[in-house]
Amino acid sequence: MTTTHKRFCQAVVERCGENFQRCLHCLSCASGCPVIGAMTYRPNGVIRLVQYGLAQEVLESPDIWICVGCNTCAIACPMAIDIPALMDTLREIAVENQANINETGILNFHKEVLDSIQRYGRTHKLEIMLRYKVRQRDLFSDMDLGLKMMAKRKLDLLPSRIADTQSVANLFKEFNR
Amino acid sequence: MSAMRPDLQDISYFPGCSLATSAKENNQSLKEVCAHIGFRLVDLDDWNCCGSSSAHSVNAELAFHLACRNLSLAPPGRPLLVACPSCSTRLRMAQHHLHASDAAQEAYRRRWGRAADPDLKIVHFFELIQNEGRNGTQRANALHGIKFAPYYGCMLAQPPALRHERNYHGLMEKMLGTFGAQAITWGYQARCCGTFLSVARPDVVTPMIDTIMQGAIDAGAECLVTACAMCHLNLEIRCDLKTRLPTFHFSELLAIAYRAPIQKGWFAKHLVDPVPLLKTRGLVT
Repeated sequence: MTTTHKRFCQAVVERCGENFQRCLHCLSCASGCPVIGAMTYRPNGVIRLVQYGLAQEVLESPDIWICVGCNTCAIACPMAIDIPALMDTLREIAVENQANINETGILNFHKEVLDSIQRYGRTHKLEIMLRYKVRQRDLFSDMDLGLKMMAKRKLDLLPSRIADTQSVANLFKEFNR
Repeated sequence: MSAMRPDLQDISYFPGCSLATSAKENNQSLKEVCAHIGFRLVDLDDWNCCGSSSAHSVNAELAFHLACRNLSLAPPGRPLLVACPSCSTRLRMAQHHLHASDAAQEAYRRRWGRAADPDLKIVHFFELIQNEGRNGTQRANALHGIKFAPYYGCMLAQPPALRHERNYHGLMEKMLGTFGAQAITWGYQARCCGTFLSVARPDVVTPMIDTIMQGAIDAGAECLVTACAMCHLNLEIRCDLKTRLPTFHFSELLAIAYRAPIQKGWFAKHLVDPVPLLKTRGLVT
């Protein structure tokens, strides 16, 4: 392993505050993960890539975006490693380093949710969905579902917004990278 | 209605975006049940989104501060009820970080103009309801033997940092069981619903939901019961099976059990109509 490889691993450990060097690679995480079918390396594989310092492989993997943070792996882990926290950190690093992100749809969804919070202080689901669909250039999938949800009044036309939008806007100004 | 009763204890309430908009039936039935057991829910004044999955997924600092703004709005001396399991985890994680870090407390004090309340107790609905098991007011056969699959999704799986907090495994079975509902035993009660992947990767979520629904059908359930609005939505919108069981919010069945005021509008908002089952079981007219 080169120094660059070691440095990447150390940087991830420090930033995430989670010592995943404890990982035994026992695969307990893998056996409970509900989304493992859509992953390439599986949760312990992601840890292995970081340990080997293979930054590009891990930052461009679909795995870090597919993980929904349900914590099933974390409670199964005999070493109590907070694997979803590691995934959070890796996503941040991937975005900051403008890695070639594999699951752009998931990232775009997160961006639309955050934009909505920035605008209103709360999430406006209808607008998030519409803007997401436009961004993805995929206007027609789920359209019947959307109409059904509108008919059931599960999607409000107008956003629910907070009064003090300024304090939330300030947070975005300061911390949105 | 609960607003008229002077004997209720006020507690602060964080509904979260889902209960405030797409799952209003969950919000309303929860308020009715809380009034029945002696609590009036006072919405946190000007609460904001907890940050949802998206903030902590790509920006930990932003997620922390969005959660903290809500904590800073909570008046002292009252517990804060958080209805959504995900919002609850976000707010608890922020509080955990505040307890663990002097720097975080200092940042909080500077930003929100007051110190973080060390005594603020964040409670989930399960914690309010747990002592109501046998208070003498309920009717042993109020739910007419309805057979339900208790579905917790990921809400029982806390991050390792919160592992010493109490876990409420089995509470829905116990509570609804005391009212004469029958919980079935099955394998998917703690299987994740796929949450936000439902938007960008429905191809991943649909098989997950189908497995859960088929598991409930195979085990002989007539319906599923969940305490999470996100799980409820995914169970309703991402199931591809021909037979789809209705899914109730835990609070809806409790409202029926307590004979709290029921609104027909609650069930009209479900995408899989639960009314035929309620009629078969003689629970609505």
